[in-house]
Amino acid sequence: MSDIAVRVENLGKSYTISHTSGQLGRYKTLREDLVGALSWPLRRLQGKRATTKEQFWALRDVSFEVKHGEVIGLVGRNGAGKSTLLKILSQITEPTQGYADVYGRVGSLLEVGTGFHPELTGRENIFLNGAILGMTRSEVQSKFEEIVDFAGVEKFLDTPVKRFSSGMYMRLAFAVAAHLEPEILMVDEVLAVGDAAFQKKSLGKMSEVSKSGRTVIFVSHNLSAVKQLCNRGVLLSSGQVKLVADVDTVINEYLSNRESSGSIIDFTNYNNIYGNGELSVLSVELINAVGNDFVQPWDKPLELKFKFKVNQKLSNISFAISLQTLDEQDLFTVRSINQFNDGYDFEPSDEIKEVTVSIKHQLRAGYYTMTLGIATGNYSYFYRPMFARLEILDVGTDEYRFNNFGIVNCEAAWSPVYTTYSLQGEKV
Amino acid sequence: MAIHSKPKTSILTGKPSVHFTRLQPTRGWVSLKLGELWRYRELLVILAMRDVRLRYKQTVLGVIWVVLQPLLAALIFAVIFGLFAKLPSDGTPYLLFAYTGLVGWNYFAGAIQRSGESLVNQVSLITKVYFPRMLIPLSNIVAVLVDLAVSLVVLIVMLIIFQVFPGWQILSLPFFLLLILLVAAGAGLWLSALSVYYRDFLFVLPFLVQVLLYATPVVYSGSIVPEKWRGLYALNPLVAGIEGIRWAVLGRSIITWQIVLTGGIVAGLIFLSGLFFFRRVERGFADRI
Repeated sequence: MSDIAVRVENLGKSYTISHTSGQLGRYKTLREDLVGALSWPLRRLQGKRATTKEQFWALRDVSFEVKHGEVIGLVGRNGAGKSTLLKILSQITEPTQGYADVYGRVGSLLEVGTGFHPELTGRENIFLNGAILGMTRSEVQSKFEEIVDFAGVEKFLDTPVKRFSSGMYMRLAFAVAAHLEPEILMVDEVLAVGDAAFQKKSLGKMSEVSKSGRTVIFVSHNLSAVKQLCNRGVLLSSGQVKLVADVDTVINEYLSNRESSGSIIDFTNYNNIYGNGELSVLSVELINAVGNDFVQPWDKPLELKFKFKVNQKLSNISFAISLQTLDEQDLFTVRSINQFNDGYDFEPSDEIKEVTVSIKHQLRAGYYTMTLGIATGNYSYFYRPMFARLEILDVGTDEYRFNNFGIVNCEAAWSPVYTTYSLQGEKV
Repeated sequence: MAIHSKPKTSILTGKPSVHFTRLQPTRGWVSLKLGELWRYRELLVILAMRDVRLRYKQTVLGVIWVVLQPLLAALIFAVIFGLFAKLPSDGTPYLLFAYTGLVGWNYFAGAIQRSGESLVNQVSLITKVYFPRMLIPLSNIVAVLVDLAVSLVVLIVMLIIFQVFPGWQILSLPFFLLLILLVAAGAGLWLSALSVYYRDFLFVLPFLVQVLLYATPVVYSGSIVPEKWRGLYALNPLVAGIEGIRWAVLGRSIITWQIVLTGGIVAGLIFLSGLFFFRRVERGFADRI
């Protein structure tokens, strides 16, 4: 056998979607199956099929190879089959067709903190989680100090993790996982935990792992992380492999059709507790979205389009959008009322209205949340905190790369260096 | 499902490498993969310990519940069935007689209840990480052994108080406990796997436990079952288990070789069929749970 670590051959995974049960993915009850079985002959006589079942292929005819020591990134939109593929390779679910050969011990990290229990202490959870991820007790023991140190939770080791802040909890969970040392490591979107500083630390740890000669299969929406960690990429689209190439080519291909579709969040089911139904918000669209997610490149303005309906005569309306970091620090608020604009006035109507805002922002790659409020003065008609999780992507421009730390990118001009005093301290 | 093989040599070092796995669809019945189960024995213990720890955290009386609950139950049975209904207890004080039965019964009931609902309570373990799924229900079977140990200590104390000293029969006690464990493990595997597909089995469970309590000589003596029915009665392997414990501890019981043999065979069948059934259906767990 050559230097292959993973060989995937015509791999496919299908799910059966039954259209009678209504709710997808719901577990069956015995009664439904029994009733179904008993009434089958009757329905057969009436010429009706028992249920309309449909095969849905989450993955189809997927083939590629990963060599030992390669760090490969799986790239694709939500629903492209990345996670399904990782689940098959981690032996969590079986393929429906084809096969995958795996040479070496696999460790998979599809979630941080699997098996963590809130009632158990930090120490107990470290051993438990380590064992669940496939480490022996002595392995965990030997890395215990390192794990605790990485997570920075020394003082709380004997405290039940339910008393941890969510940041501490995530840090501890990630720390255990980061010290897993299998020959082949599969990682699914686990870098998006914690605050910016911790994300940076995790990314550093991951790149340490990927440089240690281990084989890594990596899934993340964070394209800059993929770019930084991986040398090759596999682009998946609707369950099929579109491209296998070096990581830059794959990311460029993925981004090349980013203009194709905006991403829309439906608001019609949102239960707005503000106002008295004077106005209802129908949807919000991220215009510069990559694919159909709330993800956009950093170098485009943040453009949002709101659709709404007005049910009463309203005057002097203002819209406000605010952006927060994931730990709920407000970054900025933009309002439609300012020195240039007055509030909007509306007459009630059945028509759908839309308003677009374009925000020139300087955000660096990362995750943010957005909040929408609509009001006249102090009276709110609509308020929805954190209606979307926005991801800003680094698309690898120089301008981005040279300002390489923090939440925002600032433009700065530096002067040349002048000498203003001589060594003797006399003014020149 | 995966086929594991001991491969030739490692690509990196030339030494025999760790392993090769082929992941492909499986159909029909598959091997039990006991080797893999053995490799994961450490995790079995850790999961069991987690279960034990969780059970006693945030309880004020902790382990006292394990002592108190069967004692109170035995007391109630002694008053109602021994004192009021005057059921026979084969020459032993009714309290001791009932408690001896409850030692085995409580282990069984606790083990199948906890293992039966174990899979549906551990969704993330099934959908996010791989290890032999069997460890989840089996770890509960192991965890409840702690309760069993506690109740055995209480039993020793009671024997001293009642001045009852077991004879050589006591040597057979581990055998009868093992028999109950096999039935519990087999039933636990069946019920936990079935409840992934049909949540109905979560409702069946308490009902099953209740029915079995009447079909097993826990609160009453097996001697009240007419001789001609005992062959049929013995098909419930818990009859051999519970009466076996009474025989081992108290030296008196209706137990016969036929009952032990029937019980042993049925227990083995339940256990083996549980293992095979579980392996047969576990491939769909992650997709169905």
